[in-house]
Amino acid sequence: MELLAQFLGIEGARMIVGLIAVIALVSVNALFLIWMERKVAAHMQLRPGPMEVGPHGAIQTVADALKLMGKELITPDEVDKPIFWLAPIVVFLPVLLSFLVVPFSQTWIIRDMNVGIVLILAFSTLPVLAILMAGWASNNKYAVFGAIRSVAQNIAYEIPLLITVMSIILMVGSFKLSDIVAAQSQYWYVLLQPLAFIIYITCGTAETNRAPFDLPEAESELVAGFHTEYSGMRFALFFLAEYTNMFIVSAIATVLFLGGWHGPFLPGVIWFLLKVYALIFLMMWFRWTFPRVRFDQLITFAWKILIPLAFANLLITALVLKLR
Amino acid sequence: MIEYSLEEKTYTLNLGPQHPSTHGVLRVLLEMEGEFITKAEPVIGYGHRGHEHMAENRNYLQFLPNMARVDYLHALAFNQGYCMAVEKLMGLAVPERGEFIRVITAELNRISSHLVWLGAYLLDLGAFTPILYCFDDRENLLDLLDRITGSRLTYCFFRPGGVPQDLDDEFITGTRAFIKRLRTRFKDYDNLVTKNVIFINRTKDVGVITKDQCVKYGLTGPMVRGSGIAYDIRKSEPYSAYPQFDFVIPIGDKGDILDRYVVRVREMEQSLRIIEQALDKLPNGPIMAEKVPKRLKPAAGEVYQAVETARGEFGCYIVSQGDIKPYRIKLRVPSFGNLSILPELAVDTLVADLVAILGSIDVVVPEIDR
Repeated sequence: MELLAQFLGIEGARMIVGLIAVIALVSVNALFLIWMERKVAAHMQLRPGPMEVGPHGAIQTVADALKLMGKELITPDEVDKPIFWLAPIVVFLPVLLSFLVVPFSQTWIIRDMNVGIVLILAFSTLPVLAILMAGWASNNKYAVFGAIRSVAQNIAYEIPLLITVMSIILMVGSFKLSDIVAAQSQYWYVLLQPLAFIIYITCGTAETNRAPFDLPEAESELVAGFHTEYSGMRFALFFLAEYTNMFIVSAIATVLFLGGWHGPFLPGVIWFLLKVYALIFLMMWFRWTFPRVRFDQLITFAWKILIPLAFANLLITALVLKLR
Repeated sequence: MIEYSLEEKTYTLNLGPQHPSTHGVLRVLLEMEGEFITKAEPVIGYGHRGHEHMAENRNYLQFLPNMARVDYLHALAFNQGYCMAVEKLMGLAVPERGEFIRVITAELNRISSHLVWLGAYLLDLGAFTPILYCFDDRENLLDLLDRITGSRLTYCFFRPGGVPQDLDDEFITGTRAFIKRLRTRFKDYDNLVTKNVIFINRTKDVGVITKDQCVKYGLTGPMVRGSGIAYDIRKSEPYSAYPQFDFVIPIGDKGDILDRYVVRVREMEQSLRIIEQALDKLPNGPIMAEKVPKRLKPAAGEVYQAVETARGEFGCYIVSQGDIKPYRIKLRVPSFGNLSILPELAVDTLVADLVAILGSIDVVVPEIDR
């Protein structure tokens, strides 16, 4: 670290070490989340889940990842090759970069930018582009379907999500994530903004394409949606991106509504992770209990219910702040 | 300059034969405009094995195992239909206890068929968990049936003239325990499914079948009962021991896919009632008719015998010319008629609806292909 600091300056060294840490965190986190999803699903379905590899199947996902790495990367004949190859990378990079500004604790933050939340929201929109690329390049009707659905869904759900985030930012008066957390040292914003929290979680589930809003990859309708033609590690990257996205969405929810690293006794970073994984568990719970909504219902729900509600919430927040 | 044709507004989408929700090898050729379906055409025949032709080359007993391969989910009703047709042809009478055993096992099999349908249907709607609950219940049932029939799926249990195996005490206590268990499980299904807003929104007013359409397309089974017609062969043309039991035919009113769901779940409850009564009243006596010849050689003639399977009316039409082999067997299967309404229901719906409608028809593709 000190050697690096000599060449790059303190900020540069921090950046490099941070990026390495992020990559490590992302892979470990994804492996853990996939195992967690399988276990949560299994226990909800009255079965034990993976049990063979490691204690309670703990390293089952490592084995799966190794298997996926060993698989052939199939490129179907008629695909648009450059776009087909690029899509898994494009889906993965923005989620990776989002980690740079996530405040795990007061000190565990790689770059505390003054526009942190804007950066994350901007990056969280990019995977849609990759999904569109994947669907379009695959030369498969089901994949195109999935891609089109994904774009429509993300446009619809981005808006209420941004509006709810706006109402929190109005209260704090800063785009800086550490400021938002610091402002919640006494009470969490979920108490002041319960509606915003519910809207945020709903939109977050839709943004990450998870059930009951998993229409882009609805297996009973579209086989596998946009990643129908992907195999091996390319498919794994889409998978990895989905789980990392879940982590990011839950991390923002923790920062905005659940007081980030605040909590008694335990160190901040533990509290932060506990809250994030609790939210992820909630999203898994949704997935394994709800049926899938239909596409028109999904869009109607966003435009006719969530957006007006989010606007009303924003206006009321602004009004209360003005009067105070 | 290249001129692109923008005339075509629709495109073709192949749903299946390899698709997660076509329940086997059914292919639906869809003509679509965006996400909306303008035309749907089921393409069948991928699982054709020529059962009817096979019948012409086998003797009556040898053809019996084929029945379980026609409808693998409610195999015992198909067993029953075929055996009853042969008995009619031969003039054999099944003893009382034999009929009771047939009813008990066939009704248990009906429940297992409906449980598979329930899970698969909800899987089509995107809910993954219920199928594992259903299969957990079904597992109990299969153990029971395995005990008495010797197989878990493709049963070949009934014989012309009765049944070859008597019920034992363990089966009876096991069945009673299962009835108790399944009744408590219906509450779970209600909480997980029937009270779910997303489920209701997905199924209400989708795939509505009117009474006229039922008649026009020759639908049978839960498809007509969902539309409010109380047509059930167990009541309308009573056979076996069914007249001795007290049960009602559940019907829906609107005929949408929610009604068909409700009808099937209630049917399971009614089946439990039938089994319970049959176990209570189980008479003593022989299970197999006396003097059943080793070689079945019926006199020349024709018979038709219909039974109510989990999907509707199964009819077995046998033409005999006095040989040890049937001259011709025609199987009237419920799924074929039920599927024929799909093109009409599918127009102007979304792909997601089509999958739900197809699920609500409860097709067993090998049955259609035969």
